[in-house]
Amino acid sequence: METLGHLAHGFSVAFTPVNLLWCLLGTTLGTAIGVLPGLGPALTIALLLPITYQVAPEASFILFAGIYYGAMYGGSTTSILLNTPGESATIVTALEGNRMARSGRGGAALATSAIGSFVAGTLGTMGVAFLAPVVVKFALAFGPAEYFSLMVLAFITVSAVLGSSSVRGLTSLFAGFVIGMIGVDLQTGQPRFTFGTTELLDGVDVIIAAVGLFAVGETLYMASRRYAGKDEIVPLKGSLYMTAAEWGRSWRPWLRGAAIGFPIGAMPAGGAEIPTFLSYAIEKKLSKHKGEFGTVGAIEGVAGPEAANNASAAGVLVPMLTLGLPTSATAAIMLSAFQSYGINPGPLLLTTQGDLVWGLIASLFIANVILVILNLPLIGLWVRLLKIPAPQLYAGILVFATVGTYGISQSPIDLVILYLLGAAGFLMRRFDFPTAPVIIGMILGPLAETQFRRAMTISNGDWSVFYTHKLSLTLLTLAFIGLAGPHIWAFIEHRRRRGPEHVPGDA
Amino acid sequence: MSSSDQQAAPPRLAVPELLIGIGLLVCAGAVAWQTLAIPVSPLYSKVGPTVFPYLTMIGLVVLSLLLILAALRGGWQPEEEKETPTDWKAMGFVVIGLIANLLLIQPLGFTAASVIMFVLVCYGFGSKRTLRDAVLGLILALAAYFGFARALGVNIGAGFIETQLNTVIDAFITMLRG
Repeated sequence: METLGHLAHGFSVAFTPVNLLWCLLGTTLGTAIGVLPGLGPALTIALLLPITYQVAPEASFILFAGIYYGAMYGGSTTSILLNTPGESATIVTALEGNRMARSGRGGAALATSAIGSFVAGTLGTMGVAFLAPVVVKFALAFGPAEYFSLMVLAFITVSAVLGSSSVRGLTSLFAGFVIGMIGVDLQTGQPRFTFGTTELLDGVDVIIAAVGLFAVGETLYMASRRYAGKDEIVPLKGSLYMTAAEWGRSWRPWLRGAAIGFPIGAMPAGGAEIPTFLSYAIEKKLSKHKGEFGTVGAIEGVAGPEAANNASAAGVLVPMLTLGLPTSATAAIMLSAFQSYGINPGPLLLTTQGDLVWGLIASLFIANVILVILNLPLIGLWVRLLKIPAPQLYAGILVFATVGTYGISQSPIDLVILYLLGAAGFLMRRFDFPTAPVIIGMILGPLAETQFRRAMTISNGDWSVFYTHKLSLTLLTLAFIGLAGPHIWAFIEHRRRRGPEHVPGDA
Repeated sequence: MSSSDQQAAPPRLAVPELLIGIGLLVCAGAVAWQTLAIPVSPLYSKVGPTVFPYLTMIGLVVLSLLLILAALRGGWQPEEEKETPTDWKAMGFVVIGLIANLLLIQPLGFTAASVIMFVLVCYGFGSKRTLRDAVLGLILALAAYFGFARALGVNIGAGFIETQLNTVIDAFITMLRG
């Protein structure tokens, strides 16, 4: 098979000593930031973006991918031992995992989540290797109108369908559009949204936006919430090795989780929350130990969602590499790393940058092996990291935020923008606006605008291209269903419940 | 659509949420103002640089009206967020730390400004061992400076401390080579 040949070549790229070192560095760093609350892969990769000026694309993407996968492994450790999900995708892991830790089975919970992550991550990476060429064949038929409609669909799913409120999600997305439009319009050379200043002509750097929202905003939020009470670290008890019975209860949830997570991640919707919640619900239904759910902690409830989380993280790479469509904040920042090398991710990426893509995919397999070693025998090291006290942790995050921002152009104006975005990030965190759509809107918005203008230029200003092309119409219809569907459904439910059997207050 | 089960909680105006909605409306106004300021060449009159800004502005206006409507109906804050009082003192120290960093980074250089910010933020978060924090901050700032500035080749403004250390390091490197 063609893919296997490409993969073999990819391994020859990834197995060079230098690239193995980048992979080791990325996975170690990724696990560390995944374990530490308040730091995530999006922020870390944003801070490390300047590395793209220094090293070859292969090296930096192997590093970034290691961070991305590593954060998924590390995040589950925090969820299990601290009950504070390090990542939004590990909320479900905290449900059962923390209960298992409290009843003295933390070791088994950590083991099933690390091995499950390995199984699902490897299956998911295989999925990327085999699915990506298929998607590329399909995507070559896309014109600007189809690309634009696909991006509209992605905008709707990442902001309106996922998350607690479609209005707040869309607000974040539109704020991202505005930030993304600041600067010189690339097609006409006109400055936009610069308020007459020269500092804003280059636009707002994605580093500043990510650091402002994720680091400064998060620190302000944590400072304001000091009265909210603290979570305690559950000391690690019990053997790290699973018993035969625990293996028996884990392997099916791993496979099911991978089967749920990868397809959902690979759709232009992305997001790890839906597959993890879905997997949790399914495992709860299928389990023979229903009594353990919500009481002492059921191992199925850790194994399934953890696998789903890692498989969907792998799935997100499919639209990213084949369509140039990022569906998470981390993927959006990786896309801007591609742009910084002058590479445009899209259907041609697999042929024009074969070394890069297949080397990256091969390095993901290696990363999974390294991560399972880092996260099981060396778990004690990461638990120590959890003991870093909050004051020094957040103060340290702000020092790194300054380095990353001030290093761009040594301009205090950048720091002012950073703090303004930090204040916005604080308000968003406080009033439950999702922050990831801002980053996605900021990176993907200008790309969508380019495709829109291209389509309109080809059609000579005729808007009908977006609905006369069948594929484009289908994508826009899906987007509309995604936006309006839940409301219509709720309305029908509402009417139905108000029918003959009137049950007041029954939800 | 008046019914018995809706009388449970009469909708109350949520002030913070209302302010957010109004703030967003003001932002939409700023977007409109800046869009009108974009000069449009007649060559691009069909889909020029203003079409997307206008679409974004319309979206923002609709969304802010929906947010204001939600605020009039009682807001959307979860109960636990409302019940936890905001720690203004802690937040205040973090903000002072950030502003100090902004004002001092040019005159004093990155390291010194970072140490001051580090100490203020730690104090805000409840740490009482200021001297230890200062030492920790210095170590971290130097690690960040040399990790970024020298390894990644990013140029961060050098103040007194950095210049001295850079001279020492450069002298050391020449000595090793010589």
